[in-house]
Amino acid sequence: MKLIPPYRYLRPKNLQEAVEQLGRYGEEAKILAGGTDLIPMIRDCLITPKTMIDISFLDELRYIREEGDMIKIGALATHSEILKSPLINGKTGVLAKAEKVLGATQIRNRGTIGGNLCNASPAADTAPPLMVLNAKLKAISVEGERIIPIEEFFTGPRKNALKPNEILVEVQVSPEPEKSGSSFIKLGRRRALTLSVVSTAALIVMDGVKCRDARIALGAVAPTPVRAKETEKLLINKELNGEVISSAAEKVVEEINPITDVRGSAEYRREMSKVLTKRCLLEALESVKR
Amino acid sequence: MNETGNLKIKFTLNGKPIEYMVKPNWTLLDLLRKELSVLSPKEGCSRGDCGACTVLLNGKPVNSCLVLAPQIDGKEIVTVEGLIEDKEFKALKETFIEKGAVQCGFCTPGIIVSAVALLREKGNPTVQDIEEALEGNLCRCTGYIRIIEAVKQAAEKLQKTS
Ligand SMILES: Cc1cc2nc3c(=O)[nH]c(=O)nc-3n(C[C@H](O)[C@H](O)[C@H](O)COP(=O)(O)OP(=O)(O)OC[C@H]3O[C@@H](n4cnc5c(N)ncnc54)[C@H](O)[C@@H]3O)c2cc1C
Ligand code: FES
Ligand code: FES
Repeated sequence: MKLIPPYRYLRPKNLQEAVEQLGRYGEEAKILAGGTDLIPMIRDCLITPKTMIDISFLDELRYIREEGDMIKIGALATHSEILKSPLINGKTGVLAKAEKVLGATQIRNRGTIGGNLCNASPAADTAPPLMVLNAKLKAISVEGERIIPIEEFFTGPRKNALKPNEILVEVQVSPEPEKSGSSFIKLGRRRALTLSVVSTAALIVMDGVKCRDARIALGAVAPTPVRAKETEKLLINKELNGEVISSAAEKVVEEINPITDVRGSAEYRREMSKVLTKRCLLEALESVKR
Repeated sequence: MNETGNLKIKFTLNGKPIEYMVKPNWTLLDLLRKELSVLSPKEGCSRGDCGACTVLLNGKPVNSCLVLAPQIDGKEIVTVEGLIEDKEFKALKETFIEKGAVQCGFCTPGIIVSAVALLREKGNPTVQDIEEALEGNLCRCTGYIRIIEAVKQAAEKLQKTS
């Protein structure tokens, strides 16, 4: 196999230097984290960065910790690290569930949460769970820091809200609330090493038999991962049972805009979105800790 | 880094310290196969799909086609060549032969690396653990059953001797 096309390679010693380098090279540069998305794209000449800024040595961005009522995940935390984290498994199970079915061991050992989000694939598996967790994303540039709510982060297929000089440094989530339940379901063409045809995350918060809050997000069924807020409204303040959930799940097709591609047709995705939303909500309800 | 953009990296390969001048656009797989003639990692797809290029990076299985050579500076790389004296490897070698888990053999080094990592982490893996550990390794020949049995049996052998 031939070599991938050449580029200038920079390896900043710390985050400060990375920010400065990206400030200098901006548009012509690409941040390199785990490389699992970037290297195949460079090989296929889908992108041809002149400069690569390798942040993979910046251990200061590799952490998972609890601070106050927030769980903070450094952009360089790998999928394996997140999957093995007792904090994530205990408090944001919906993310752990998605990590378990992302790629395969080798990909999880290398791929990072920051890379998964910044790559902004409509099928990014960490996106739906982070959307139902109302994640906030912290970005840094020479101009300073800002927080981007995840709902505003994805702007189109492979497009995100970062400016060319911004680095994503942290993902912040609140733990799943008390009396809540959650689930994530991924439908792929096979079980491992496959991109989602449809993925669904759901989180519901109960108050006795009544649903106090419901959040649903889907992947691979629109130009970006999406929240299904109209469907959520059909659940909030309702007594939840199989019937209510089934009829609410029908609504989800109005909130998505799937395409036909090698993995599945738009029609199939629409049908499966209903089915998976229903299943996911039922699983979430089942898992509520009362 | 010098004026040509090449850079000198230091790493350990199968326990031996190495210093090498690399080009930034070499992958770890390019470095191993084309430069260092370490030939157990195979080039199947060059895009993370097949696992034939799997090596251990700081003890964890990764696709060497998706790691850039400059990214292994200061790291530890292990390939099958460096596992020959390893007890997990020895057990796997025996059971792969006994079970007939190798046909053309192209996938075998990658699978062995993934299996060694599994057995080091979990002494007594379930079939599901084995399937999950080998998810990223494709085999066109065997149909996987014999491979999974061989890994299971290697684990049992190791449990008995330990
Ligand atoms: C075989 C295979 C299977 C896969 N399976 C799945 C799957 O099942 N589900 C799934 O969701 N994905 C999957 N992926 C995609 C990929 O592994 C993940 O998206 C991974 O998390 C990307 O992270 P990375 O660190 O490797 O990113 P990189 O490749 O290093 O970067 C990806 C993009 O994000 C940018 N970037 C990275 N970090 C930052 C940052 N901190 N700030 C700003 N920009 C940044 C890069 O410039 C680049 O554009 C798969 C990939 C392969 C090769
Ligand atoms: S050659 Fe690396 S995964 Fe196929
Ligand atoms: S033995 Fe031929 S690919 Fe696995």
